[in-house]
Amino acid sequence: MERKRAVRWTVCFLLLTALTLFFAVTELVCGSSGLSVREVAEALSGESNDTAAYRIVSEIRLPRAAAALLLGGALSVSGYLLQSFFANPIAGPYVLGISSGAKLTVAVAMIVSLQHGFVMNSALMVAASFAGSVAAMGVILLFAGRVRNMAQLIIAGVMTGYICSAVTELFVTFADDSNIVNLHNWSMGSFSGIDMADVRVIAVIVLAGTAAAFMLSKPMSAYQLGESYAVNMGVNIRMFRLALILLSGMLSACVTAFAGPVSFVGVAVPHLMKGLFGTAKPIVIIPASFVGGAAFCLACDLIARTVFSPVELSISTVTAVFGAPVVIAVMLGRNKERRGI
Amino acid sequence: MAEDTVLRAEGVSAGYGKKVVVDGLAFEVRAGEILTIIGPNGAGKSTVLKSIAAQLPLISGRVSICGGDLSSMKESDISRRLSVCLTDRIDAEKMTCSDIVSTGRYPYTGRLGLLTDGDRAAVREAMELTGTAYLADTDFRCISDGQRQTVMLARAIAQQPQVMLLDEPTSFLDINNKLRLLTVLRELVRSRNIAVVQSLHEIDLAQRFSDKILCVHSGKADRLGTPEDIFSDGYISGLYSMTSGTFNGLFGTAEAERVTGRPEVFVIGGGGSGIPMYRMLQRRGTAFAAGVIHENDLDFPVAAALSAELITEKSFESVSAESLRRAKELIDRCGSVICTVKSFGQMNLANKELAGYADSLGKLRGSI
Repeated sequence: MERKRAVRWTVCFLLLTALTLFFAVTELVCGSSGLSVREVAEALSGESNDTAAYRIVSEIRLPRAAAALLLGGALSVSGYLLQSFFANPIAGPYVLGISSGAKLTVAVAMIVSLQHGFVMNSALMVAASFAGSVAAMGVILLFAGRVRNMAQLIIAGVMTGYICSAVTELFVTFADDSNIVNLHNWSMGSFSGIDMADVRVIAVIVLAGTAAAFMLSKPMSAYQLGESYAVNMGVNIRMFRLALILLSGMLSACVTAFAGPVSFVGVAVPHLMKGLFGTAKPIVIIPASFVGGAAFCLACDLIARTVFSPVELSISTVTAVFGAPVVIAVMLGRNKERRGI
Repeated sequence: MAEDTVLRAEGVSAGYGKKVVVDGLAFEVRAGEILTIIGPNGAGKSTVLKSIAAQLPLISGRVSICGGDLSSMKESDISRRLSVCLTDRIDAEKMTCSDIVSTGRYPYTGRLGLLTDGDRAAVREAMELTGTAYLADTDFRCISDGQRQTVMLARAIAQQPQVMLLDEPTSFLDINNKLRLLTVLRELVRSRNIAVVQSLHEIDLAQRFSDKILCVHSGKADRLGTPEDIFSDGYISGLYSMTSGTFNGLFGTAEAERVTGRPEVFVIGGGGSGIPMYRMLQRRGTAFAAGVIHENDLDFPVAAALSAELITEKSFESVSAESLRRAKELIDRCGSVICTVKSFGQMNLANKELAGYADSLGKLRGSI
């Protein structure tokens, strides 16, 4: 059994990594101006650094692919952390309204800063986004203390999301016209418009956050048996829960700051990974979610970019098409399991 | 304080916030001992266990394990000394039973929680001991409540503590598994020199498998003693405020409530032969009389618990003329008579005479 599992996990990791690489390369190659693999390779190696191909690859496609990869991973890990926290398999930053909370604060911060005539740098964006995420989480935690049922918690989250979106709309309506164009694109969710400097900030936050989450996998596995057992296993529950919330908030805030709210990835990918790996062990599922989320978002971005080219879809449109059915499947599957007992 | 005292509670008040649920807890459990907490529903047995397990802060008092005060110990140190098996329902996704038992090794693993060969051996041993090894690769959600309870017990054993706290560890098990697991526990506490504190609703099993019994009732630790101390003088009936039936402390058996009123049937019993008949009549709601039963007869406790009227005789004495006369009077008043005795001897010749008397009146039936 142990050996069979190890083989399965290795094969799955290799498969996911290969898939991620494949989609990343396709991201670099595909687009309105078709480039060959060789042109892309040359551009990446820096051999011909003043051709159009070089500029397209290094200034547009490479940052976009890198952002999709890192942010996709971040979203999935953030979703998985929330699912562990709430012991609820359909929790995620988007369904719980945390992305919308971040969207609200980022939108307000953007409008205010533009009115005062300066453009926010990426660190400020992340900070604003993090503040919104944590505020929305606070609201959800208030609800979580009162509701026992997992569906009720999700409804509370969805409603929080709607309220935040409504307030965001209100601000956008009364903002100057020039601001709206900027905001509109971002608030729909997109990996476009991210440059290499942003990618560096993203990489630092996301990789550090994911590594920290991975280091939490031991107490997370204890917490899967419930709070009482976790306490008996020596977990400092207060610190552990705080760490989960802050890490999850930081990861999803980073996504919302740069790509806007991206739907359902946080719920769908961890669930798919649990099925693929046949386990729920955090030590396996955290890295699996990261790689799986990267592949998922690269694939979705590819579809968003190319299917109706030159018109580009918002990333959430595509992730919802693939992600939402998974959420429904999770709910139906759980009902079946409950009955089966 | 004895040297081999493993767990000690002094002046403990347990409860939630400032609300005291159980007051005045003081006990010691030594290595190799099982202490069982009994008491009616809602008396606070689980609250006591949670407080000892450091899951609830103590309102007052002190709990120590091997001399070390629990409140000043680090969580990780407590977890190596104390394991729990709770009644909380576990909703573990995609975990095999061996994954569940492996979580017992948590206090011993490193930063990432990877199991060593030693940890795996401890997990396997605990599963074999509890007879759950065959479930190792089965999904924890796909087994029965009883199997789940046993796996959780294996988990508590795999943690290799000095004290195990078990909240109703046998409530979902069938009678054979109840006996089997309590036997396993008793052997385990002796072989590993550890202590068990458990709560049980099966007081008959508490009587058989405990070294000490703590009775919790009306917000306090009512009585602490050996099973022999506790199961005497009808104390148990009082502890549980039994209103619809009786409990026999000697045998650890419960009987339903007697049917009172004018007896319709007279049962001539003895030697245990009358017991099924008494219980059948009670189930049917028929008031009955029984006699003549010696006070040391197997029938006596059940007849005393269920009959509307009972004619008895002193132990080891032949039936007196007076008892015989009263029995005949009762037979005159009853509609029918059933004799469950198959053979008569020196001591119950009077019952043979009673059967003959009933037959002569045309009241004797083979069955009802």
